[in-house]
Amino acid sequence: MLIRRATDILPSEITPHSVYLNRRQFMLGSAGLLLPVASIAALPASKSGYSTTEKPNSRQDITSYNNYYEFGTGKDEPAQYAARLKTRPWSVAVGGEAGKPRSFSIEELLKFPLEERIYRLRCVEGWSMVIPWVGFPLASLLKQVDPTSRAKYVAFETALRPGEMPGVARRVLDWPYREGLRIDEAMHPLTILAVGLYGEALPGQNGAPVRLVVPWKYGFKSIKSISRITLLEKQPPTSWNMAAPSEYGFYSNVNPAVDHPRWSQASERRIGEFLKRKTLPFNGYADQVAGLYRGMDLVKNF
Amino acid sequence: MRPTLLANPSPAMVGRIKALVFVLCLLPLAASLWQAFSGQAVNPVETLTRDSGSWALNLLLAGLAITPLRRLGAPGWLLRLRRMLGLYAFFYASVHLLIYLWLDQLFDWPAILHDIIKRPFITVGMAAFALLLPLAITSTDGWLRRLKRRWGQLHRLVYPLAVLAVVHYLWLVKRNLTEPLLYAAVLALLLGLRLWWRLRPTMGPRVQ
Repeated sequence: MLIRRATDILPSEITPHSVYLNRRQFMLGSAGLLLPVASIAALPASKSGYSTTEKPNSRQDITSYNNYYEFGTGKDEPAQYAARLKTRPWSVAVGGEAGKPRSFSIEELLKFPLEERIYRLRCVEGWSMVIPWVGFPLASLLKQVDPTSRAKYVAFETALRPGEMPGVARRVLDWPYREGLRIDEAMHPLTILAVGLYGEALPGQNGAPVRLVVPWKYGFKSIKSISRITLLEKQPPTSWNMAAPSEYGFYSNVNPAVDHPRWSQASERRIGEFLKRKTLPFNGYADQVAGLYRGMDLVKNF
Repeated sequence: MRPTLLANPSPAMVGRIKALVFVLCLLPLAASLWQAFSGQAVNPVETLTRDSGSWALNLLLAGLAITPLRRLGAPGWLLRLRRMLGLYAFFYASVHLLIYLWLDQLFDWPAILHDIIKRPFITVGMAAFALLLPLAITSTDGWLRRLKRRWGQLHRLVYPLAVLAVVHYLWLVKRNLTEPLLYAAVLALLLGLRLWWRLRPTMGPRVQ
C-alpha cells in the first residue's frame, strides 16, 4: 500500500534537537550502561511462603544505609567504597566436619534454585527494614558437603582484602569478620545464603557476591561476602562477641525483653517510619524458630 | 578586612559580627532539617538527633575556647560572642533532648525515667542538660546584676557539664571512638589551659 500523504510529524518532535546534536554523547552513555550488564542481570527466583507481606523498603534505602565496617564505620561509606571489592572470580570453601568438603564457585552458587525471600531485618542499633533478598536455603549447600555427626556448629568468614577494603586498615574489629550458628539454626529453612536483592545481583554494600541472612537474629549475625564456611564440633569465636562480650552474645536473637547493656531493645525505628514500633520476639519469626531454644535461658544466652 | 578593624572594631561593627554569627549558628539546623526532609537521609530521626547533639557540643566547646583564645592574644570583642554561643549550645541541646523525649520515647514518662536510671549514657546526658538549664535561665543582664559574684560561681558549672556531655557521646558509640575522643581531646586542652594558668599565675599574658 502506498501512503501518499506526507507525515505531519517532524523528526524534531520525536528526537529533541538538543539530543540529536548530542547523539555521540548519548551513544557513549548507552555503551556505558551496557557494560555491567552481566552483574545486574535479573536473577530468576520463585516466590516463597516464608516471605512477609509487609512493604519492602526502597532499593535506595537498602543500598545506601549499611553497616559494613570493612568499608568504613559510616552508614554511607559501604555504598561509596564497596564497589572496589572484586567479586569475580569468587569461591566459598566449605569444609571442616564434612564428609565431602569442597569449594563452590559463585557460578555454582547461582545455579541453586533461587527464591525471593522478603524478610524483616532488625539491626542491633535499633532500626529495621524489610528486604527482598534472592537466595537459597543454607541447608541445601551444607547437605552437599555431607556434615559429619560431630558437626555441631557452623563458622563463617568474610573475605579479607586490605587492598580493596579501606576500612580494614583500622582494627575496629579483629579482621577477618567472623560469625557462627548452631547447626540446627544453620539448617533451619528460614536461614538463607543471599546472592541477590530486588531480583538482581547483590550490590557490594549489601555483601556481594554471597551473604548469610538469618532473619530472627540481629543484623550483624548475617555475615557478608562469605569466603569460608567451616563445620565445627565447638562453638566458634564471633567478631562482635570478641570485641565486646558483655554486649553481643553468640546467639544474638532479636529479643525485646533483653536490652543491650547500653540501650533498650524494646522498640525499633522501621526505616521510612517516623515513630518507633515495638520489637517482636525473634523479630516476628517466633512461630518458626522459638522451638530451637526450648528450655534455654535466653537472658543468659543472649 | 584590615587587621586593625578586627582588633578594635567599632560598636556597630561588633553588632554586625554578632548578627552574622547569629545567622551562622542557625545554618547547621537548616542543613540538618534539609537533609532529613528532602529524602537524602535514610533515617531522618537519627540524622536530626546526631546533628543536634554534635552542634550542642561544638558550640559549647566554641564558647569554652573564648577565654583561652583571649589569653593567647585574641581581641577582646570575642567575649561579646560568648553568651550567644552558650545559648545556641543550649538551643541545640534542647532540640536534641526534645527529639529523644518525643520521637524516641513518645513522651512515655515512666519509660523515660527508667531509661535515665538504667542507661549510663542517658544519665550523664540528662545531668549535662540539667546543669545547662540554670545557666541558660540566668544568662540575662538582669540575672547577672542580681546574682553579682554568685553569677560567676554558678556559671563555672559549664566545666563539669561539658565533661558530662563528652562522656555522654563516648558512652553511646558502638565501636569507632575516633570522634568522641577528638571532642575529649579538645575539651581536655581547653580545661587544661585554664588549670595551667590558674596553677602558674605568673605565666602567660594577663587579661584584665
